[in-house]
Amino acid sequence: MRNKNRSRRFKLLRFVAAVMALGLLASACGDDSDDGGATGTTAPATTAAGDSAATLLKIALVAPSASDDLAFTQSMVDAINELSDPVALSITDGTFVIEEAATAIREYAAAGNEIVVAHGTQFGASLAEIAPDFPEVTFLWGTSTDTQGLANVFAYSPDAAEGGYVNGVVAAAISSSGSIGVVGPIEAGDAVTYITGFNNGALANGATEVSITYTGSFGDVALAAEAATALITNGADVLTGSAQMVVGAVGVASDEGVPWFGTQANQTSLDPSLVVASQVYHWEVVLEEMIAQRKAGVLGGEAFEINLANGGLEIEFNDGFDLPADARAAGDAAIAGIIDGSIDPNG
Amino acid sequence: MHRLVSAAIPMLAALAAFACAAIVLVALGANPLEGFQAMYTGAFGNVDRLSATAVRAVPLVLVGAGISISFRASVINIGGEGQIIAGALLSTVTALALPGLPPIVLIPLVLFAGLVGGGIWGAVPGVLKAYASVNEILSTIMLNIVAVQFMNYMLRSPLIDPLEIERGTRIPQTERLSDNAALPTLISGTRFNLGVPVAVAAAVGAYIILWRTPLGFRLRAVGHSPDAARAAGIPVERSVVSALALSGSLAGLAGAILVFGSEGQRMITDGSSAGFTGSAGFNGIVAALFGGLHPLWTIPSAYLFGGLITGANHLQRVLQVPAALAVSLNGIVVIFVVSSSKVRDRIGAILKARREFDHPANESTSSPPAGEVAAT
Amino acid sequence: MSDFFTATVLFSTLAAGIRLSTPFLFAGLGEMVGQKSGVLNLGVEGVMLLSAFFAYWTALSTGSLWLAVLVGTLVGLLMGVVYGLITVVFHAEQGISGIGIFLFGLGFSDLMFQEKVGTPKFTSKLPSVDIPLLSDIPHVGVAFFQHSAMTYAAFVMVPLVMILLRRTTFGTNVRAAGENPESADSLGVSVARIRFSAIVIGNTLAGVAGTALVLELGIFQPNLTAGRGFIAIALVYFGAWRAPGVMAGALLYGVVEATVITWKALGIIPRSLSDISAMAPAVITIAALVILARRVKPPAALTQPFSRH
Repeated sequence: MRNKNRSRRFKLLRFVAAVMALGLLASACGDDSDDGGATGTTAPATTAAGDSAATLLKIALVAPSASDDLAFTQSMVDAINELSDPVALSITDGTFVIEEAATAIREYAAAGNEIVVAHGTQFGASLAEIAPDFPEVTFLWGTSTDTQGLANVFAYSPDAAEGGYVNGVVAAAISSSGSIGVVGPIEAGDAVTYITGFNNGALANGATEVSITYTGSFGDVALAAEAATALITNGADVLTGSAQMVVGAVGVASDEGVPWFGTQANQTSLDPSLVVASQVYHWEVVLEEMIAQRKAGVLGGEAFEINLANGGLEIEFNDGFDLPADARAAGDAAIAGIIDGSIDPNG
Repeated sequence: MHRLVSAAIPMLAALAAFACAAIVLVALGANPLEGFQAMYTGAFGNVDRLSATAVRAVPLVLVGAGISISFRASVINIGGEGQIIAGALLSTVTALALPGLPPIVLIPLVLFAGLVGGGIWGAVPGVLKAYASVNEILSTIMLNIVAVQFMNYMLRSPLIDPLEIERGTRIPQTERLSDNAALPTLISGTRFNLGVPVAVAAAVGAYIILWRTPLGFRLRAVGHSPDAARAAGIPVERSVVSALALSGSLAGLAGAILVFGSEGQRMITDGSSAGFTGSAGFNGIVAALFGGLHPLWTIPSAYLFGGLITGANHLQRVLQVPAALAVSLNGIVVIFVVSSSKVRDRIGAILKARREFDHPANESTSSPPAGEVAAT
Repeated sequence: MSDFFTATVLFSTLAAGIRLSTPFLFAGLGEMVGQKSGVLNLGVEGVMLLSAFFAYWTALSTGSLWLAVLVGTLVGLLMGVVYGLITVVFHAEQGISGIGIFLFGLGFSDLMFQEKVGTPKFTSKLPSVDIPLLSDIPHVGVAFFQHSAMTYAAFVMVPLVMILLRRTTFGTNVRAAGENPESADSLGVSVARIRFSAIVIGNTLAGVAGTALVLELGIFQPNLTAGRGFIAIALVYFGAWRAPGVMAGALLYGVVEATVITWKALGIIPRSLSDISAMAPAVITIAALVILARRVKPPAALTQPFSRH
């Protein structure tokens, strides 16, 4: 299919037009950068200016989702920014491709960062290969309950079952049908821990049925929404869920006036009137310890856990939700019971 | 002159793409020149980076070579993602079952298992197309979905690392697979492993199959005209199955290399296919088409596209811009470069016509442009 | 909890299936129009994501759903113009350019979301429009007559697309451009113009699909579509390039998806099989085609660029 040259100038003109069309689309980015600029979470969160940055502790973070995901990644970014001493932070977020994350971890280690945070359980296998190559660097890896025997790796994990249990107790207290719905991604990892605790807590406090639905996807918001609808149609009058796609379920809960319990980050902003409580991760509690150890010359080799007792897990109740006093009391009693060891959330 | 222009047009297109990228970078508050420098360094800066790019290109070469085979037979295979997963799963199971075999046996065995796994997953849409008239675009898209769910099921249930159950962490990953199956690193200190020469050899194999064997002849004949092929006594149905099975097996081999050439030496899922494959099932199509559906040309094409990916990721880290920029950048480059191929032909044709006018006796023998392809 | 085989559960499952099939239907019909003219568009997913983001962003910043629908549609239209330039004007290979659009849409919508929105928050959603009288029919009303305007619009598109392709000169030309562009050209039809228009229509519908999805949920996330654009492409083949066929495919996929999720909620499907059962929509779609065993060929000139000699 060879062409005549009859309209070449016109075609080239259209080529230029195409360039401009895409350019315009791209420049939409710059239209009003003032409202989005503030969210610049991926910019180095250096609190000190200029040359003093060299003296700051250099931390790099590699995480699978966006820094402001209201969930897993945000919990760590917030924690690093909460540290008592300011740090120089570099972030690679949204790196869900495991091999790409591995490259990022390796590059950050090679680039002179003192601490590299591999914030994703799935990065552990790569870390086992990388960490020995950089014996001077401390790697933090979570969520994990062990360091894979590596001398320069600190592991961290939440006992998500604890907060799940407390949420479950409170959920059962406010449920009038006794039927509670849970929306999960795939039955693996942290989601299982949280949901197991939630299930135990709810059943311990008189819930008759906890229906757990794993949609089969971490990303399918529409499916999470339909799961929530199905749970509500079938009698659930309180909902919870784990992973980033649950925003779909929160949306449905919000429409139907069904109270919601969150985890990983405070989800109150999603519906200030219906989010009852959120289990929030305060990694800074264990980060401070790890940094202190590094300063003392211990580069790794220990696993840390955040839990209700050490303040790394916190149940943040939403004041905007009118929680009956007895339900709140049941929740507080569960927290106390877990801290003093009289309640085993994994029951 | 003609050749100069042929080379210049895609460059101009790439420049236009980078101009767009520059606009985005400026909008994000980053210096575009620093960005492009970071991109180049990240992709081709030193031996380490060149190796990383080569490793990143491996699945693209393999999927691309497979795509070349199927597209030449007029079969559109967009099931690369699923076929990579199927190959990875079968090779993982093989390594789990026979961990004690010596490397000289186990490595070829797991690679072969990858070929078989992907081949089976590719043969299914082939059979569906040949014998049940199910269009392969539909079946490959659907089988990608099935493969992801199957991977998730296998890794969180039957194949899960027993330690994960014991600890209660339940990460959907296998135990660390036998070191005897690990693809050896060929340039020490880099990521350059046996997977790279294997991929190149497989691409050469694909070329030989397509152009030096009766099977290849049949596949191309079917691709050219199924009716004529049938009239010539070629078993069209079986050829369609072969095309998709071959195409799938190369993708499956990529899956095996992804597992046994990975840093982690185990198979793990984040719940999506892209988390494991890095979208090689789709990007491999791009590599193949840029390579003119020629398995050998797919190699440099995949390497460049691999460089685009590693470079964009490096840019993200150096300039601290969102990772999503890398993906959109790849899209922009693909769009512009693919758009340019025809413009190049057109200008080339014009110049040729002019030259022939000037020197009517001078027969010019220009090679067909690489971008000149028809998918079906 | 209650049984699956109660009217309430059955009909609400059906309603869920119809909701889920809405984006498939819009995008599938759009892809079908493009393919009828001879252009394969693998970029549907990217266009859906771009439209979804811009519709969401508009709703978030202006509070106007109408404006959001308009913006989402226009973004689809713009991407149609871009894709038309790429494939019709530059004769670029269609598969590859579609993947380029997909990558661009996937990355750019994510980038824009992170830069402009960041933390996810809800916008108002498309309200449910109850059809007078019909929506009061017990159960049936819930299933069919209490949906958003976008869902009704998706089903109204089916006869509209049929009329467009079967009863108008434009439709005749579209089919000619897809089946035999040379003879269409010899009859004085501008194949380029027809294909360009068909692509713009197709991408606009893909944009509407993304808009419908995001406004039904009221929230955007990176990769919100989760593969729905690719499924929509597959459904065109399921529907054998006929609008009612695409509708049947969209409904089949959506209703099976809804049934699986409902059965999970009811505990009919054990948790241990949650991923195996999630394969059902894909497997059943293939199985249905095998059983139907239709031999329908794609438009003869599909994916073939056309230039006048």
